Amino acid sequence: MKTLEELRKIREKAQNEMKMRNSESRVKVVVGMGTSGIALGARDVMKAILDEVSNRKLTDVLVTQTGEKGLSSMEPVVDVIEKGKPKITYGNVTPENARKIVVEHIVNGKVVSDLVVATKND
Amino acid sequence: MYKKILEKYEPKKENLISILHDVQDSNEQNYISDDAVWEISQYLNITPSHIHGVISFYSMFSFKPRGKNVIRLCESPPCFLRGSENILAKLRQLLGIKIGETTEDGLFTLELTACLGVCGNAPVMMINEDVFGDLTEKRVEQIIENIRRRAK
Amino acid sequence: MSLKRTDVLLCCGSGCVSAGALKLKEKLLQEIVKRGLSDEINIIETGCMGPCDYGPVMMVYPEGVFYKKVALTDVEELVEEHFMKGRPIKRLMVQESEEVYPTKKEIPFYQLQEKVALKNCGLINPEKIEEYIATGGYEALGKVLTEMKPADVIQIIKDSGLRGRGGAGFPTAMKWKFVYDQKNDEKYVICNGDEGDPGAFMDRSLLEGDPHKILEGMMIAAYAVGAKKGFFYIRAEYPLAIKRIKIAIEQSKKYGFLGEAIFDSDFAFDAEVRTGAGAFVCGEETALIASLEGKRGHPVLKPPYPAISGLWNKPTLVNNVETLANLSAIIINGADWFSKMGTETSKGTKVFALTGDLNNTGLVEVPMGITLKDLIYKVGGGISEGKKFKAVQLGGPSGGCLMDEHLSVQIDYESLQQKGAMMGSGGVIVMDDSNCMVNVAKFFLEFSVEESCGKCTPCRVGLREMYLILDRITKGEGKPEDLDKLEKLGKTVKELSLCGLGQSAPNPVLSTIRYFRKEYEEHIFNKRCEAKVCPDLVHFLIDKDKCLGCGLCAQKCPAKCIIGSREEKYEIVQTDCVKCSTCVEVCPVNVIEKLSGQFDASPKQEFKKYADLYE
Repeated sequence: MKTLEELRKIREKAQNEMKMRNSESRVKVVVGMGTSGIALGARDVMKAILDEVSNRKLTDVLVTQTGEKGLSSMEPVVDVIEKGKPKITYGNVTPENARKIVVEHIVNGKVVSDLVVATKND
Repeated sequence: MYKKILEKYEPKKENLISILHDVQDSNEQNYISDDAVWEISQYLNITPSHIHGVISFYSMFSFKPRGKNVIRLCESPPCFLRGSENILAKLRQLLGIKIGETTEDGLFTLELTACLGVCGNAPVMMINEDVFGDLTEKRVEQIIENIRRRAK
Repeated sequence: MSLKRTDVLLCCGSGCVSAGALKLKEKLLQEIVKRGLSDEINIIETGCMGPCDYGPVMMVYPEGVFYKKVALTDVEELVEEHFMKGRPIKRLMVQESEEVYPTKKEIPFYQLQEKVALKNCGLINPEKIEEYIATGGYEALGKVLTEMKPADVIQIIKDSGLRGRGGAGFPTAMKWKFVYDQKNDEKYVICNGDEGDPGAFMDRSLLEGDPHKILEGMMIAAYAVGAKKGFFYIRAEYPLAIKRIKIAIEQSKKYGFLGEAIFDSDFAFDAEVRTGAGAFVCGEETALIASLEGKRGHPVLKPPYPAISGLWNKPTLVNNVETLANLSAIIINGADWFSKMGTETSKGTKVFALTGDLNNTGLVEVPMGITLKDLIYKVGGGISEGKKFKAVQLGGPSGGCLMDEHLSVQIDYESLQQKGAMMGSGGVIVMDDSNCMVNVAKFFLEFSVEESCGKCTPCRVGLREMYLILDRITKGEGKPEDLDKLEKLGKTVKELSLCGLGQSAPNPVLSTIRYFRKEYEEHIFNKRCEAKVCPDLVHFLIDKDKCLGCGLCAQKCPAKCIIGSREEKYEIVQTDCVKCSTCVEVCPVNVIEKLSGQFDASPKQEFKKYADLYE
């Protein structure tokens, strides 16, 4: 260990891996992981999102899961929740457009409107 | 006989306690024999009487052969307040020995120990390096039974 | 490691391990593999989360759900419901009178707590240096080595008002200055991890839960005083702490925090672990040094203090684990930040180990100056089983017992000392009214008698003499002059012993005589133990009018001293009774009673009862 900069670099990387334990996050992504969601590929969607989030080093994004949401025909379902904004629900998400949601919506702030199935104010 | 252990350490007196721990742990019967004392004294160039003095001072060292599993029941106040006496009675009954004794099959030695620092889960005991907490008479029975079964 | 969606923090402090945390981890892993969730869920072992009573405990992130007393049989449901479907299980959350507390933030136990030393405990994996670094670890060391002179470091610690957390509360900076002032190329730092006070486990938890923080603290101290080598002296009863510190040292070497030219400075440092072997007195610094040198752990006369002539007669700094744990935070946040917490004379926070008859036992960290009442009732959740508070023992066998009138006392070094107790290392043993104070005093004294190293006669002989008197009192053979004798002996032992053990060992007896004198007098003059603890001062009676005559008590009595028949009912032959309480436990109709006082054969007692009734 030679410099403080070197230490801080290691810290940044390590923090990224531990960010889940920090309850302060900007965006929460919730993947519906009920039986039908999983049957229709929700697990791969989840993995794609995690992969994208981790590759882009998005430190303020939380990825979590929930149970059946009663939208069986639209599974896999993904919610994107930002503080102070309406909850956006995407349906029939594939791993590919899951990545798109991360890039477009979470990084660039533009809702991917053709995938949206519901918008709900808290 | 203890060459391997001794060679891990520089022949300095300061390493005596570490060596004694290793020697005792490597012994099937959990004790430090006279032969070991002699070997250590040669290696560290200190007198056997100094080593005897050290062994007798620290309660975790033993001159006497002990069981494969040394049970150390915590006797400090937090455990006492939560009924360590009943646990002691249960252990004595299960093992048929008094404090400081070893069972005939060489499986257990029963000892008391100062605070193990797991007081939030009192009463507590340690068997070799494993700590068992929230003891009840029933749990003690299971633990002893498990060790007996594994030994067979 | 790739990113996963759930972090399960499983407390693997000794408390939870003793309650089965490791088996739980195994089962969790099995279940997760079985359901193919290995890529999504992390199981992380952490250090102590605090509420040992709830063990095994775990926290599940990102939601931060806190689960208590998780049993092996809960695992399937936990994985299925929470990890798969995202439905946290209410049943396993902390609940108090209908109220459910899903996350740590809401749980009352954590409300008044302020975590400095324990900040990372229970939140990071103590066996991964990266997680410590992520919390800002080693930044303080970097700052100290690249921006500060040793004298500046001492100044900051001085301004913070930090005092030694091991017992006596000596100002840390002053101790450092003594060592710093010594002109010697060879100096040492020792971390005193020989936490021997019964009921104290904060040092164990710190070493197990955040070992790198202690190591970083040691290095900061070493830089300040000019030492190049440090030793962790940890008692052999703490195998997990020993293991974790050893791992921390290895990892730290790999990253170059230990070694030569650390942060490109002139500072070089190396650390080693040494273990004790079961001797309480080795917590005393001169005894500890003797033990480190490979000798019997006998204390020696001070002065010279270890700061002048310590390990191998070189200037040596001995600091307690918790003291070292505070250093990095003070360096990063500044002296003002630290000194704003606490009271006029006692700054910062203190870690306490709450044990005894409390609802929430465990490890807590609170600002100095909190009242005993808040500590016991708010943090500790009050007395268990709805019983009444009777006494609190602070500072282990060197401390004293306080009573209900002291509940408003603020906890700081001076206030406690003034009342006859002491901060000690922070053990807080709470006792309800089923405890006999004479017996408690005897118990603590027995500990000191056994742990006396035997060097000083007042301690070796005097404590034993005191013990014999107490033993006599609890057996109903106390004499009127005993209390004076105990006080006189206690003072003598305190004044004429060389080390802290002897100087403080009589405290539990002296403080209980001071505050519970009546109870002693009851034992001595009336031969009664109101708490019904001392076997020789209680007796058992069967209410013959209500006895069924089933004979179960007679069958189970180990002394075979219960006689009678179905027709004549049963009675106890008092002279043969061994006071084991077996009969009380087996009686199906609960008509056998344990009574305070010795059995009086004359019918006076009964008559008096009736006399009162008709008065």
